[in-house]
Amino acid sequence: MAVNKILPRDDFQRLISFLRTDGYQVIGPTLRQGAVVYEEIQSTSDLPEGWIDLQDGGSYRLERSETSAFFGYVVGPQSWKQFLCPPQRKLLTAEQTGKSFNVIVYDEKPIKRAFVGVRPCEIAAMAVQDKVLMEGPFVDPSYRLARQNAIIIAVNCARAGGTCFCVSMGTGPKASSGFDIALTELIDQHGHRFLVEAGSEIGIGMVTKLALGDASESDIEAGEKAIANASANMGRTLDTSGIKELLYTNFDHGRWNDAASRCLSCANCTMVCPTCFCATVDEATDLSGKCAERWRKWDSCFTVGFSYIHGGSIRTSGMSRYRQWMTHKLAYWQDQFGTSGCVGCGRCITWCPVGIDITEEARAIRHTR
Amino acid sequence: MVARKAETLAVKGQVDPMSTAPFRITRVIKETQDTFSMELAPEASGERFSFSPGQFNMLYVFGVGEVPISISSDPTGQMPLVHTTRAVGAVTQAMWKLKAGDALGIRGPYGRGWPVEQALHNDVVIVAGGIGLAPLRPVIYSILADRDRFGRVVLLYGTRTPEDMLFRKELEKWRSRFDLEIHMTVDRATGSWRGNVGVVTTLIGRSPFDHQNCVAMVCGPEIMMRFTVLELQKRGVNDDRIFISMERNMKCGIGLCGHCQLGSSFACKDGPVYSFAEIKALFTKREM
Repeated sequence: MAVNKILPRDDFQRLISFLRTDGYQVIGPTLRQGAVVYEEIQSTSDLPEGWIDLQDGGSYRLERSETSAFFGYVVGPQSWKQFLCPPQRKLLTAEQTGKSFNVIVYDEKPIKRAFVGVRPCEIAAMAVQDKVLMEGPFVDPSYRLARQNAIIIAVNCARAGGTCFCVSMGTGPKASSGFDIALTELIDQHGHRFLVEAGSEIGIGMVTKLALGDASESDIEAGEKAIANASANMGRTLDTSGIKELLYTNFDHGRWNDAASRCLSCANCTMVCPTCFCATVDEATDLSGKCAERWRKWDSCFTVGFSYIHGGSIRTSGMSRYRQWMTHKLAYWQDQFGTSGCVGCGRCITWCPVGIDITEEARAIRHTR
Repeated sequence: MVARKAETLAVKGQVDPMSTAPFRITRVIKETQDTFSMELAPEASGERFSFSPGQFNMLYVFGVGEVPISISSDPTGQMPLVHTTRAVGAVTQAMWKLKAGDALGIRGPYGRGWPVEQALHNDVVIVAGGIGLAPLRPVIYSILADRDRFGRVVLLYGTRTPEDMLFRKELEKWRSRFDLEIHMTVDRATGSWRGNVGVVTTLIGRSPFDHQNCVAMVCGPEIMMRFTVLELQKRGVNDDRIFISMERNMKCGIGLCGHCQLGSSFACKDGPVYSFAEIKALFTKREM
């Protein structure tokens, strides 16, 4: 599997066409309203060629790059969870029949999707959601269906964003597993090309059928250098040593109030987070009142209603909600699912309107009283 | 290219865990002025509804929504499935309006219930406040079905007024038994009440049980459980022998929606019953 191939830039279209011909909906990065988003793509002209993103706490800007890289950006506001665990999903329809009702479970048809441009931290995020949604005693059948019908074309990171900290979380910038094909984009005196590594039977099949040439040693070296460059330029770091115990012994730390004084409880961090899975169920009836639908929708622990039980909510203060979110991500998750809930993608920092930084808050809790 | 085998959701034998099954309400019993019990039978003829004491179901009212409600019936199969509910929210108020013959959706049972097995050959102390008796009633049925294998059994029950007591006829019947010790108290005596007045914790000190060989099961408002635990600790009962049932928001009941998290646990699957030893670090913290 470790055989490396080379896909020239001008052959990238072949890869997309190949997947489309095979019945896959190809989803990849494209420009939309000043951001890189994930949508269905038809050709390489849909890719954000020559654009990079500049990210910092509460700030995201696109800029022209010096190169014509397809994958020069890092990550946008969206993650792949919108396809695997969509923001809204119909669970069932109930139809009134006299005094009773019939239940029709929504029988979802599988959609074969190829995700092109999955970052290593995003692969890690999928593995985290797998543990939550399909590896426990109860399985979300819709998630499993989408997951089993998805092909992962990963792209290793040659550039780190301003809010990235995958190195701290051990999730990047190179994908080690969880992909069908992993690409590393190379642009140098030898041209614009992709180093290709197959990571599954499907990946090997694709590489074989695309009849790609072997990579040279200098190609492999260039790929390693590009990834090392990303590693060395992480925008953020998070010291994870003993973080669970640290947070478990600091429920009353003053920093929670400090963070809460800045937090708007807007829930942006949970919407952009690729691992956040919390959902609610909404009931919708038609005008006759004879037909009801139940929909699962993304929810956020930052809303007051999230912890509502009769008589009032458990977490009424912003302090307790921020504490719940961060402690869940970095500590509870380890006890619940044997993994951190944070993959270091930096989205919660970038898309926080006031730039609250999980790495900075964790550092403050570690180093102050 | 090798395409992955496609499958739809309706693969053989696989039921979406969020689906609900219609049950017919066969009888409604008004327990107090805002609390009622419903006897339920599955519309699809099937096996007896099997559950453990302390488990709950997600109850669905057509067109309104779904709520987690503990099961209050006999787990040994001597009676139909019963849920005892107080009408306090949108769904439970809609449920209050349902009559015998109407249907409800049910999925479950879910959660970890009371440690009846662990209580074998021990004294059992059951402390209930208000509607907290409902999830504990299955424990009493289980013990009575196998009475010889338990030590002394004490039920301490407190409500606001005598009118708020659940299952009154049954309580009277149980009080007349020699193998159950039942003490009741009210916060405020009304009408012809001649019994104890005061909070339920005042009954613990004078109850006959062996603090070293007992299991205590407590359900009621959090504040009542807090003081009950303190009294039990004063009597020398170890934290790992004290069990409490925690209430949290639940949307799915199966650990997928995140709402019911209590520390690193999900109240829906790791609870709702916890030993006090398991959650004491979180229990006295606010807004957890």
